[in-house]
Amino acid sequence: MAHSPFILQEQEFQKLKTVLARLCVECVARVVFLVDRDGQTIAFNGEIGDMDTTSFASLAAGNVAATNSMAKLIGEDGFPAVFHEGERESIFISVIGRSLLVVVFDERSTLGLVKLRTKRASYEVAAILEEASKQSQAFAANSASAFADITDEDIDSLFS
Amino acid sequence: MTFINYASREINCKIVYYGPGLCGKTTNLQYIYDATAPQAKGKLISLATETDRTLFFDFMPLELGTVRGFKTRFHLYTVPGQVYYDASRKLILKGVDGVVFVADSQEERMDANVESLYNLEENLQTQGYDLMQLPYVLQLNKRDLPGAVPVEDLTYELQKKGEPVFEAVATTGTGVFDTLKAVAKQVLTELRKT
Repeated sequence: MAHSPFILQEQEFQKLKTVLARLCVECVARVVFLVDRDGQTIAFNGEIGDMDTTSFASLAAGNVAATNSMAKLIGEDGFPAVFHEGERESIFISVIGRSLLVVVFDERSTLGLVKLRTKRASYEVAAILEEASKQSQAFAANSASAFADITDEDIDSLFS
Repeated sequence: MTFINYASREINCKIVYYGPGLCGKTTNLQYIYDATAPQAKGKLISLATETDRTLFFDFMPLELGTVRGFKTRFHLYTVPGQVYYDASRKLILKGVDGVVFVADSQEERMDANVESLYNLEENLQTQGYDLMQLPYVLQLNKRDLPGAVPVEDLTYELQKKGEPVFEAVATTGTGVFDTLKAVAKQVLTELRKT
């Protein structure tokens, strides 16, 4: 069977947004994303312009999945962080359990600063996600989902 | 794993197109991409080799509309079909909500279909899934080719659990949306249980 859905409530979402907003300022980052390891964006903060954030999240997750598999091939459990350096823009990815904290920054910032600030934010994000995960399980167990009484007509209407 | 965001009122689901090399997985996605209104889709990302064989995955996000006030977004992925890309296939199955197995109807590809289906079951197991419990659809592609094996024979060989079976010609779009609709419906029906 498919794994239980992860349900994120408003309160936790806002807490995550607050952490990301602060991290974005502290890192002097262009944009900060929180992405799950399946490639779905959980939250982001910053200047995205016309960036395709959905594709970006999917590729970030694919990237981490591939590098983690490479890590295993050389006897490592995984890489807790991944860094890509560009001419103007760079990407730092920190792995937090089932999620990825992705910081996009340019020459206004430095890798050292981004690593330092991201580490602190990672603890906060991990704590919020743990709480969100507990709530998600409790929510699912209580059958309080808005989808419990979803009808065939609701689903069919998506394809009409 | 389905991700439901109550704050932004969004449901995100992951569907993976699986099957042997050159069976038409990317062609399915390409047709869906070409036939979908611009506002309902994101970019079609293809991580392919120089000869257009899928190297890691193809990906496209597709928005179908709203259900119970929630925007539904399907993330469609394909896997590389070639046998030696197995490590990549395992990674892409992580977090899957529904699978489409695209079979190649040509007689000479029968062994490849069977091998790929076995590989799917095995790789799902390593990710903690059971194919018998997962939203799943079988697509018999390339029905237009002269050497196509009869539908009954393919179904007998490849159907695993009474899943919906669709005949398709992905290059022209025949059966492509029927397949997608069937798997999407099963995935959304699963949400009732949450």
